[in-house]
Amino acid sequence: MDHSATTPVREEVVEAMLPFYRELYGNPSSVHALGRTVRRAVEEAREKTALALGAEPTEIYFTAGGTESNNITLRGAAKKRGKPGHIITSSIEHHAVLDVCSELAAEGHRVTFLPVDHYGRVNVNQLQAAITPDTFMFSIMAANNEIGTLQPLAEIGEVAREHQILFHTDAVQLVGQLPIDLKSLNVDFLSLSAHKFNGPKGIGALYMRKGAKVTPLYCGGGQERKLRPGTENVPGIVGLSLALELAVAEIEEKRKRLEALRTKMIKGLLAISETILNGHPEERLPNNVNVSFKHIEGEAILLGLDLEGIAASSGSACSSGSLDPSHVLSAIGLDHPTAHGSIRFSLGRGNTKEDVDYLLQVVPRVVDKLRRISPTYHA
Amino acid sequence: MYNERVVEHFSNPRNVGELPDADAIGENGSFKCGDTMKIYLKIKDDRIVDVRFLTFGCGAAIASSSMLTEMVKGKTLDEAMEITNQDVADELGGLPPLKLHCSNLAADALHNAIENYRKGKGKIETA
Repeated sequence: MDHSATTPVREEVVEAMLPFYRELYGNPSSVHALGRTVRRAVEEAREKTALALGAEPTEIYFTAGGTESNNITLRGAAKKRGKPGHIITSSIEHHAVLDVCSELAAEGHRVTFLPVDHYGRVNVNQLQAAITPDTFMFSIMAANNEIGTLQPLAEIGEVAREHQILFHTDAVQLVGQLPIDLKSLNVDFLSLSAHKFNGPKGIGALYMRKGAKVTPLYCGGGQERKLRPGTENVPGIVGLSLALELAVAEIEEKRKRLEALRTKMIKGLLAISETILNGHPEERLPNNVNVSFKHIEGEAILLGLDLEGIAASSGSACSSGSLDPSHVLSAIGLDHPTAHGSIRFSLGRGNTKEDVDYLLQVVPRVVDKLRRISPTYHA
Repeated sequence: MYNERVVEHFSNPRNVGELPDADAIGENGSFKCGDTMKIYLKIKDDRIVDVRFLTFGCGAAIASSSMLTEMVKGKTLDEAMEITNQDVADELGGLPPLKLHCSNLAADALHNAIENYRKGKGKIETA
């Protein structure tokens, strides 16, 4: 129940990758036959990836993952601009965007961190109002990693196009969960990561629309059209493209199945007293459930669940390793004690109805046990 | 992350609850980092004869609260004042470094209870 953290690699994906560790170990840049064969595999992977996203193969760049794609885009666009400018992002981005924006701010750019409503949604009018003549980039995530809330990408894209502002979206949580068609969205950059959709870790991709330009952060070779130099992670690239192809082929079926499980989970969990749902009731990822159990602390809940064989995650301070609860839960207006009692359950391909039934048996027991120890709870 | 002893105290915390006829009540913690402990003492001839606790906090906070209540039963108030948060962590066989400062609050709550008692305002007014 922690698939937003990561997912297991599908068996058929592992099988497809193995030859590229063994007999097909060649370097795609080599002129000889082995190199050419491997080059063909990389380019086929690029075509598959593009097809799955509604993009052109020349618009796909393989990277080390979501964080690298975000850095290449944001830092690269700032570098390309060459003078201070204005970036608009949201206050609930993943740290892989937030921290890059904060660094760019420290380097002289201006950054607006847009507030969100209590569901975690960006307001497009506020976005529009924040634009200044030197705004050169929007970076708004497609779906939030903690609370699963979806952002209005199409509307944000329209605003971006109208004002000729580049639009980047961190879609690490969305890709493989919900269909995406880049032809119909005015998105200029999109980051994705393979291990979120049953692909391998350490490999991701950046979609960069034809005509959009950034200055590369690294130099050293011509790979990925100089945007991401370094010998390609061929097994990873092959694994990513197959995992994405399979995920997209099954996307509607999986979505229906997980949405039904999610709805059942939310209903069952909200039957526990003083429990609230975090995020939007409908506009959320099919696999995301995030609730706060009042009067108890998230890390203790995680430990209690772990002892019963259930893995989840929490936005509490104790589990984040700092003194403050998650910035996302604070941004949607939760007070500290409520944020401390938050738990994220995230479903994956392997989860069944039986898993959800078991979870709904265990959670009330764990919550009740901890509440009996709590000084603020009065049954 | 936690050793077996910590997990055991977390799973089966000792002396949970309130003491309706407590002679002293103490509290420690901060809602900022999340953790709060409330401790109830029954005291006879300057000796702790019974103890209960309630804690809002992570696994380490609950385990250290439970451990402390085992350590103080039967101790004189002077002996109890000597117990430190570090003693509680040691008795648990250690806590993760990150938890030592934020979740290890049981001894401070105990000292607070004893100070309240000695100041003569340990009677239940807050309950």
